[in-house]
Amino acid sequence: MKLLAFAEQREGKFKKSAFEVTQTAKGIADKLGTELVVLVIGNNIEGIIPELGAYGATRVVAVQEERLQYYSTMAYAKITAEVASKEQATILFFPASQMGKDLAPRIAAKLSAGMAADCTALKIESGEIIASRPAYAGKVILDVKITSPVKIYTLRPNVFTAVAINGGKVSTEKYTPQLTDADFSARVTAVKVAEGRPDVTEASIIVSGGRGMKGPEHFNLIEKLADVLGGAVGASRAVVDAGWRPHDEQVGQTGKTVSPTLYVACGISGAIQHIAGMSSSKYIVAINKDKDAPIFQIADYGIVGDVFDVLPPLTEELKKTLGK
Amino acid sequence: MKFVACINHVPDTEAKIKIGSGGNAIDRTGVNYILNPYDEFAIEAALQLKEKKGGETFAVTLGGDSHKETLRKALAMGIDKVILLKDDSVRDSFSVAKALADELKKLTPDFIFFGKQSIDYNGEQLPGLVAEMLGIPSVSTVVKMSVEETKVICEREIEGGHEVVETSYPVVISAQKGLNEPRYPSLKGIMASKSKPIEERQPIAVPSAAEVVGMQKPPSKQSGKIVGTDATAVPELVRLLHEEAKVI
Repeated sequence: MKLLAFAEQREGKFKKSAFEVTQTAKGIADKLGTELVVLVIGNNIEGIIPELGAYGATRVVAVQEERLQYYSTMAYAKITAEVASKEQATILFFPASQMGKDLAPRIAAKLSAGMAADCTALKIESGEIIASRPAYAGKVILDVKITSPVKIYTLRPNVFTAVAINGGKVSTEKYTPQLTDADFSARVTAVKVAEGRPDVTEASIIVSGGRGMKGPEHFNLIEKLADVLGGAVGASRAVVDAGWRPHDEQVGQTGKTVSPTLYVACGISGAIQHIAGMSSSKYIVAINKDKDAPIFQIADYGIVGDVFDVLPPLTEELKKTLGK
Repeated sequence: MKFVACINHVPDTEAKIKIGSGGNAIDRTGVNYILNPYDEFAIEAALQLKEKKGGETFAVTLGGDSHKETLRKALAMGIDKVILLKDDSVRDSFSVAKALADELKKLTPDFIFFGKQSIDYNGEQLPGLVAEMLGIPSVSTVVKMSVEETKVICEREIEGGHEVVETSYPVVISAQKGLNEPRYPSLKGIMASKSKPIEERQPIAVPSAAEVVGMQKPPSKQSGKIVGTDATAVPELVRLLHEEAKVI
């Protein structure tokens, strides 16, 4: 029994989730008294591998070639399953990112593995991993036990901590898979990157606007606050459906699930569809003029007031505090 | 050509969820069930492709008799044939995927659509599992798709942008909001759906690979602090964020 952690990189840079997955897997490996192997797939990745040492990695398997520059579901699945088998790794960790969520089920099918997806906590009971994960729009938390010999867990980004420690040396081994054209029968031909602010799923601060913003022309108030905080702009379903904001920004059901350190909900009432996507935020601030809005039930701090009165001075005050 | 939408019957988002007496499943009494919202995009995608390419559309679901309601909705939207893999047992995604893959093998579809996720368990596992079991490509969280001759070009959501994926069919596509605007069932469609047959089949039995051993309500958050009722509360809010929460 070994643990295999998949460290996600794109464009030769590790995602924060790569460190979260590595460090969490290392913690579990230590508790189970077993070894951790970290897998990195891509092109031109050699230079970044030592970074994993600060998160507990000591052994890394690197798979690189030009065709792996972009993520490719079938090729990445084949490689990961092969490395897991070769290493006799029976516990596999992935980020519940767009890459990890796409990749892990295919590997589960290859290895006949049970899977716990989008985990928000892990514990060990009698030598077995029990994974907690939200279900039913976050209204309940499930405890899942995997019963198959190979077990796969995907971890919700931003929930598990990644704190760099004085890392040891990382030893890297190369693995060269036999890839055929069939492994690239779904091929990424381009990546369209949205310019500017961070994505809601990766940001540690999100400023979100809802119907209370009254119109798309007022989202500059949200954007200004987000920019002062270096955060992402989020939106409720109502404003996305109304065409005020792009779908990429939608938080909640039929949008994205986020776990930032700080979530500022502006003019958002807090419908269950919205709460489902952001209730695992560490701190929630709500600004809404309706004191009975459900968002206040989950907010840590609230201002019962008009967003148009509160947002401009809030932005100014934060500028002062942050020395901007 | 054949276009299949794999769909699910799930509790309405607004439903009050109570934990059942067994402690590892919800209490279904009084819970309103609906067609999984993401699956409407899957059904719409199947219908639109049929309109362009010609052929036949199917909807498949696995579950008990109550799932028939959701299959009727698919019929009302315009799906030609619906199949219920009738099964009341508790299955994990792996077991459901095996049963679906077994049925899909017999159907030999050109396109298999799923909603991005089911809003009950939110695992996002089935599209990838089924595609791998069938040995065909898959593209998940697709927001744009075009089919030219044998080529399928998709855009899928990733963090901070989109990936453009080129593939061919047969293929499994998981649909994200944005892929299309699901149509409302017409009155004629609704009337017709009532008399259309629902084919019932016995899915293969496959043991689950994961089980729910416990279920809890999320820790209830203490209602937060109302810092104030107008802009005068701003300095105090910033102080709390800075000094108490230490998030800025």
